[in-house]
Amino acid sequence: MSGAGQSAVRRALSALRHDPLAVTGSVVLVLLIVVGVAGSWLAPSGVNEVDVDRMLQPPSWSHPFGTDELGRDVLSRVLIAARVSLQVGAVSVGIALAVGVPLGLLSGYYRGWLDNILMRCMDVLFAFPVLLLAVAIVAVLGPGLLTAMIAIGVVYTPIFARVTRAGVLSVREQVFVRAAVSVGASDLRIMRRHVLPNIAAPLIVQTSLSLAFAILSEAALSFLGLGVQPPDPAWGRMLYDGRGFVTEAWWLGVFPGAAIFLTVLAFNLVGDALRDVLDPRQLTVSEARRSTG
Amino acid sequence: MSDPPVLSVEDLTVTIGTRRGPARAVAGVDWSVRAGETLALVGESGSGKSMSVLAATGLAPRAARVAGRVHLLGTELTALSPDRRRRMRGRHVGFVFQDPMTSLNPVLTVGRQIGEAAEEHLGLTRRAARDRAVELLDLVGIPSAAGRVDAYPHQLSGGMRQRVVIAMALVCEPDLLIADEPTTALDVTTQAQIVELVADLQRRLGTAVVWITHDLGVVAGTADAVAVMYGGRIVEQGPVDAVFARPAHPYTVALLAARPEPGAGGGDLATIPGSPPSPLDLPAGCAFWPRCPVRGDARCAHELPPLVPVSVDHHARTFYRPPREDA
Amino acid sequence: MGRFVIRRLLQSGVVLLGVTLVVFLLLQLVPGDPVRVALGTRFDPQTYEALRARAGLDRPLVVQYLSYVGNALTGDLGVSFRSGRPVTSIVLERLPATLSLAVTAVVFATLVAFPLGVLSALRSGSPLDHAARVFSQFGVSVPDFWMGIMFILLFAGVLGWLPPSGYVALTDDPLGWASHVVLPAVTVGLVTASILTRFIRSAVLEVLSEDYVRTAEAKGLRTRVVVLRHVLRNALIPVVTVVAVQLASLLGGVIVIEVLFAWPGVGRLTYDAVQARDYPVLQGAVLLVAALFLLINLLVDVLYARLDPRITVR
Repeated sequence: MSGAGQSAVRRALSALRHDPLAVTGSVVLVLLIVVGVAGSWLAPSGVNEVDVDRMLQPPSWSHPFGTDELGRDVLSRVLIAARVSLQVGAVSVGIALAVGVPLGLLSGYYRGWLDNILMRCMDVLFAFPVLLLAVAIVAVLGPGLLTAMIAIGVVYTPIFARVTRAGVLSVREQVFVRAAVSVGASDLRIMRRHVLPNIAAPLIVQTSLSLAFAILSEAALSFLGLGVQPPDPAWGRMLYDGRGFVTEAWWLGVFPGAAIFLTVLAFNLVGDALRDVLDPRQLTVSEARRSTG
Repeated sequence: MSDPPVLSVEDLTVTIGTRRGPARAVAGVDWSVRAGETLALVGESGSGKSMSVLAATGLAPRAARVAGRVHLLGTELTALSPDRRRRMRGRHVGFVFQDPMTSLNPVLTVGRQIGEAAEEHLGLTRRAARDRAVELLDLVGIPSAAGRVDAYPHQLSGGMRQRVVIAMALVCEPDLLIADEPTTALDVTTQAQIVELVADLQRRLGTAVVWITHDLGVVAGTADAVAVMYGGRIVEQGPVDAVFARPAHPYTVALLAARPEPGAGGGDLATIPGSPPSPLDLPAGCAFWPRCPVRGDARCAHELPPLVPVSVDHHARTFYRPPREDA
Repeated sequence: MGRFVIRRLLQSGVVLLGVTLVVFLLLQLVPGDPVRVALGTRFDPQTYEALRARAGLDRPLVVQYLSYVGNALTGDLGVSFRSGRPVTSIVLERLPATLSLAVTAVVFATLVAFPLGVLSALRSGSPLDHAARVFSQFGVSVPDFWMGIMFILLFAGVLGWLPPSGYVALTDDPLGWASHVVLPAVTVGLVTASILTRFIRSAVLEVLSEDYVRTAEAKGLRTRVVVLRHVLRNALIPVVTVVAVQLASLLGGVIVIEVLFAWPGVGRLTYDAVQARDYPVLQGAVLLVAALFLLINLLVDVLYARLDPRITVR
């Protein structure tokens, strides 16, 4: 039964191969990761090379995405900012997983008062609109990359706790878990060997969809000036800085936003394909809660 | 000879387009049922018994292609527009489905669900339809019908709900009642009550009944004729007494042998080893050949046996004489 | 029914208490002395002492929390570190702007999503269905503020049809309000519509596969009757919930759009409070929004119980 987790991964991979949208999404993701890792080598110019003689230049051969109000190359900044988005997405979803999954396991496995308290806590976190809570957390901790990651991680924790708990509740009563209990396996062993692998499918789906939402949240935070601090580039921040110029310099509005859109779209396409294979009936909580920034 | 059949089906085929190619759910079927008569369509799930009836009445899934001739009260149905066919349903044919828990709409009162077909087909007002619903509830033996007419389905027991479904099917006094495994989801006592209720209503209203079931035991007492289906085809049909007394097809023999003792419940067809053929990939010969304990003729494996007469009105799809005839 | 409402009321009360705790603790998370941080360069000892005393920061934490909750119950959420005005009235002043934007956006979203979701489910696999799915995938992936910038670029810049940003109160000048609300409401509404379209489509598809829909077809009812009376009536029950939850989250969640379009609502207030490190205002805005969110969810559950006869017996 512990093979269920592996088989979920295998089914997922084989399904992705046959879905053209998922293949497209995966290719975009691989490209993004390459850009995220190697962005500073790929970028034609330095990220903060100011050139006041070439301010607000429209796209051309030397600056394919144009230049910004300080004469910096937009293409280079878009490429280099990819790393921030992916990093924030990965770390914050990692936090949410690392906190939410154990909470959900405890809650669903032991039930009783512990479950009650933990789930009421999750209800409390659910009562705040996603972005508002993230903004409030960043505001008190002070803006920056680290606090943005923590804030987004906290905001997405209840989703993982709930998905895990729901999975545990349905697995708990199955024969092989009861059998493991009856032969005196320890709780930790049962959770690791029997429960966790069998709730891998919804968790994989939720992770990939949450990455999309986390990246959107990061973009919104940095649009509000609460993410990465200048002069480091972030897509959301570039849109905020450029918003006053867009009517004269459309390229400042188009390219960073298109980068966010493509990244989020890629994660969503992969996530949807995964859900169709692994977990067709799961109601994605995050989807209903995707709050507009 | 006698009066024409209420519903007759000739050479009906249903092909369903699936991702893995076309599936032959029904591969050429003929049967008919007369007024006041009960025809039992018997087979395992996937044998095409339900699909042949749904397709004949225009209820097949959208992906299904239906061919053949279907006459309802002398009207050729397959040639009709979907809308004309729709107007025959409910008015001339009533349906009772398997699971009364799911075949009733949870957010409408039972009275409304019974009455709405009368509003549609008989032009009754909503009020008159409600009165008619009370009559029907009374007819199907629901105590204090006037008090139950405004109940929601979840407020009734399973047996009560199936009575409501039967009332729904009969509200326009149809010429034909199609009962698709109506007792499978019910407990044994309730099963017997529902079988008795349908038989009783049939006597009083003169309705023709097509009773679809996987359980020969259910129909033994009430059916007039029986058609046994396997792999999308009829393998044996005839008067119920003749088929029970002298089953001619090995599958029918196996079905009768697998029949649970009355009241024992449970274990239905599990005693026939193997599983039914996939409609995606029907064998060239007899569909039952892979599971057949007899295999009485060399041609069985690759040639489709014809439906041959065994006695008057009794036919079986075999190449050879029935194995148990002289026993 | 009555018992159900009371139980939900109690539950919401407990959660609301938790919400006040979170909001209260926000201030404790501020590194250093929040009043000193807030005053920054405008620091002067007298104001500092006055604000600290007013916020009760010198008392033990438990006492502080209890008095925070006690005061909140009487509608007192403290005073702004900046203006010294009561937080409650500062936040309430901003509610009409947010409310009018959120309601307009949700109405627009529903008008788009309802026909699109229902038709794409009824004609699943058709070109319309594919278009609807592309639309909803687009909507959940696009950053709304980017779409807003593109709209400003197009409708305010290139075409010059609409003002790029700003706000006019509905009560002062309905037409002026309308011209200003179009862009932000459509921006927010399209994202909401894409979520709703997807949800409505799957809700309708799920009901279409129910046995009772086949029963209705077997009765020979017209397609229109089957769809309206049997399919939609059941599919709409969860849809109503999701529409209301969307509205609830928009009431507090349109920060970015309000900033982009200079719309002086609660979201914009939150942003300004963050910029000014005006923590009491931030706390008040967050608390109010969460309370509204809980209230709407409570109302939705009660509504749900009225729509679905099965719940009354629970």
